[in-house]
Amino acid sequence: MAPPLDLLLDTLAARIIAAADELTALDSAIGDADHGLNMKRGFEAVQAERAAILAKPLGEALKTIGMTLVMKVGGASGPLYGTLFMTLGKELPAEPSVADLARALGLAVEALKARGKADFDNKTMLDVLGPLAQHLAGSDASLASVRALAAERAKATVPMKAIKGRASFLGDRSIGHMDPGARSSQIMIEAVCDVLEGKA
Amino acid sequence: MTVGIVIVSHSPDVAKGAADMVRQMVGNEVPLGFCGGNPDGGLGTSVEKILAAIDQAWSEDGVAILVDLGGAETNSEMAIEMLPEDKQAKIVICNAPVVEGAVMAATEAWGGGSLHDVKRTAEELSAQ
Repeated sequence: MAPPLDLLLDTLAARIIAAADELTALDSAIGDADHGLNMKRGFEAVQAERAAILAKPLGEALKTIGMTLVMKVGGASGPLYGTLFMTLGKELPAEPSVADLARALGLAVEALKARGKADFDNKTMLDVLGPLAQHLAGSDASLASVRALAAERAKATVPMKAIKGRASFLGDRSIGHMDPGARSSQIMIEAVCDVLEGKA
Repeated sequence: MTVGIVIVSHSPDVAKGAADMVRQMVGNEVPLGFCGGNPDGGLGTSVEKILAAIDQAWSEDGVAILVDLGGAETNSEMAIEMLPEDKQAKIVICNAPVVEGAVMAATEAWGGGSLHDVKRTAEELSAQ
């Protein structure tokens, strides 16, 4: 059974807003120290549209979340997370199954590759979302396995060398830090798992 | 009518300063739009502001956008995609340094260069 959209939205927004300092700290190590603040601004703007978003069917709601992030984030993460939510909104049916989610997320990952001109192992959010899409496409993706995969894949960005974005200016010095976008993706995945498990 | 120029920087001050330099070079004969800063006015870029700058610099001969760092390019690409397709086809992002590129691009536009010429002239700066 699909979880209520209001709880999903509130949990996602609360987790991202609460993680703002952590994400900004990660970004200050290898980027321009704005990821946490930008994502906080974006999700505060989404919450300002909460009533309008919740009045829409799932697909339209996700598209509105994506468009709000595009307009309000103010960094590259706006178009990137915007593309993620807008693609999910376009591809997901009203009552999505895990297979629907795997397919939609797979398409979102392709859209993100195009948007960021990035690929796997470039030390980006793709390193979390790509493996997740593949994992969901498998036969038995438990919530515990999804959580573990997201944590493991975010951690796997630590030894990677950044190829894209501001972190790529650091070259080898980007090695040894977790990618902030991989971490924010992991936080969102955890938030969705918590809602599905009734822990939020 | 000439090609229009749009300057997108993370910093409102850099965007305005680059625009001032363009104006000094070509006066008011080249349509010019510029923007900088995130939606709160801090360092960053904003799709909304980029769309407004494109609108301000709009020319049927085309619009060349100069950007500074990563997010400026990603947000500019996003802004372009939000426009109708016939407009999209008339907008290019130049792979060039934002200040020098804007001045070079505007000078080429002022001289009557096509969108292709303007982009090429700005990008010659990067080839060295």
